[in-house]
Amino acid sequence: MSEQFSVKKYLRDLPLPFCPGCGAMTVMSEFLRAAHELGHEDLRKFVFCSGIGCSAWIPSPHFMADSVHTLHGRSIPAATGIKLMRPDANVVVFGGDGDIVGIGLSHFIHAARRNLDILVIMVNNMIYGMTGGQVAPTTPFKTKTTTTPYGSFEHPLDAARLAVTAGACYVARWTTAQPNELKESIKKALGIRGFRFIEAVSQCPTAFGRKAGFKNAGEMLKWFKESAVPIQTAQKMSEESLRGKIVVGEFAQTKRPTLVETVYKSIQEAKKQDEKD
Amino acid sequence: MKKKPERNTHFWQGNEACAEAAIVAGCRFFAGYPITPASEIAEHLAKKLPKVGGIAIQMEDELASIGAVVGASWAGAKPMTATSGPGFSLMQETIGYAFMTETPCVIVDVQRLGPSTGQATKCGQGDVMQARWGTHGDYSAIALSPNSAQEMFELTIKAFNLAEKYRTPVILLADEAIAHMREQVTMPSLADIEIVNRRKPKLGETAFFGLEEVPPMPTVGEGYNVAVTGSTHNEYGIRFTADPNVHKRLVERLNSKIQDHADELAEAETHSIDDCQIGIISFGCTSRAIYEAVENAEAIGVTVGYARLKTIWPFPEKIVKKLAKTAGKIIVPEMNLRQLYYEVQRVAGGSSEIIALNKIGGGELITPEELTAKIMESAKD
Repeated sequence: MSEQFSVKKYLRDLPLPFCPGCGAMTVMSEFLRAAHELGHEDLRKFVFCSGIGCSAWIPSPHFMADSVHTLHGRSIPAATGIKLMRPDANVVVFGGDGDIVGIGLSHFIHAARRNLDILVIMVNNMIYGMTGGQVAPTTPFKTKTTTTPYGSFEHPLDAARLAVTAGACYVARWTTAQPNELKESIKKALGIRGFRFIEAVSQCPTAFGRKAGFKNAGEMLKWFKESAVPIQTAQKMSEESLRGKIVVGEFAQTKRPTLVETVYKSIQEAKKQDEKD
Repeated sequence: MKKKPERNTHFWQGNEACAEAAIVAGCRFFAGYPITPASEIAEHLAKKLPKVGGIAIQMEDELASIGAVVGASWAGAKPMTATSGPGFSLMQETIGYAFMTETPCVIVDVQRLGPSTGQATKCGQGDVMQARWGTHGDYSAIALSPNSAQEMFELTIKAFNLAEKYRTPVILLADEAIAHMREQVTMPSLADIEIVNRRKPKLGETAFFGLEEVPPMPTVGEGYNVAVTGSTHNEYGIRFTADPNVHKRLVERLNSKIQDHADELAEAETHSIDDCQIGIISFGCTSRAIYEAVENAEAIGVTVGYARLKTIWPFPEKIVKKLAKTAGKIIVPEMNLRQLYYEVQRVAGGSSEIIALNKIGGGELITPEELTAKIMESAKD
């Protein structure tokens, strides 16, 4: 960590695709800062997977690393095949809320249940940004989007709480207004085995902010700052008073056998059984 | 530890032969989802793969199964999944992804009777065109069609070899009858079985998606910094989502690397195709009726030539053209409502009359008697 941090060290020399003020850039740089602070001179030890959506472009093809940019919602299945065949690789999935808990929700739950050893970083901008701002499973109630012009009539999914229930080993949620906490969580998660999930609530001034009444990224960050409630505080609050708030912090940290461990143990047992027969 | 005697003949079900062949071919990763009539492949591999250090995992659905297969392939494995019509439909998007990203993998489709849930346990041959055109966009498929347990073994190995050679998904288009039938399978000695492995790049190479007809394929986690994407990409894997030339160059190569080798890929069992009155083009379980039917016809002086296709896609045009040159009429028996029929018609180009013989429902096979009757009827006028 003697060297000064620069994202450029880890990136291909390509123009970034994000809109001005996009939170994906914060998540990208905090991930790289975490890698830097953990002493990774390059990203050789990682394999990145992503699906379709703006945040899928964080690693692909920008990270100077192995990256598999899959179909919409299918980053976690690809990561499953990769991690099982290459247990030595540090597999990290980047995806948006639509990708991870919309179209790909089933894989997310099952990967957590299996305790697949991967880190999933979900950039939750509460909208389908790439397609122009349609309602997402994470869009707050009554928010105006292009497909809910009178305000969303559905309630959003709490991905972090779902991850805890499904059996994730580490779960944290931060907003892009807390970049340092986000980075520290990434560092922590990279040092743990099992299914790890970090939700980064992020601003999309282009597709979310415009319809929802935010003038720019700054206004959205202000909203995040004002509505973020630490999980310790939230535990003492009523459901009523938590409405419209973003609960942040670490939701779970547990240890249990990972899928890689149980799969390879089962292979050893099968081989032993074969010798006996 | 008692030593088992080495056997080279087995009494295997088609699905079992497929699973055994996968292991011989070097498959060490299987991901699947239960479905009749393909489940025995998963069950057999779940038992056998761990013994050779391989992994068999049941995923949450077919989307995840083929997704894990793609991931495992990039991690260096020779992967396989096995399903039937409904699952095959669900996998189509990722089959297109595997085609676009040049990811070798084998997809076994044990055909049953559709559309939809149809008659789920009964035999059908209705996925012929889905195997060819199932995914969206300009796409070329390789699909092989076994007609015995022996061929479930042989063509599974061939499917892996072609997937590795051409860096593309290969479909083993089996059917319920062949998959569930138990027959003798003779396994050649391992030394006599050709096994093809993908070409890996030398360290420092960076063009993994072009420059050559079939570019070398790196493994993730080995320092190649490979960027894999289903979006249009240049020879180095970098996304180009608007440049017309990059798209044209990529997609034309992906198709021509298969289509230009159609003759080489074409495999068929043929009989008298250059000298016959009546021709038959057949495949899979349906083709089991032709042997007796041809014997019946020839016994009363009608000369019948047939091409029993082991390669369905790319369509073996040369063989069919040859038959069409001599046969005045070509019968196409299939357990669907005309799928291969139109392909034969297209290739024959009007030089022969193409006669359909179709049967669907209840998994009932086309019998030698029915085929004999069709031959006789065709020979009359």
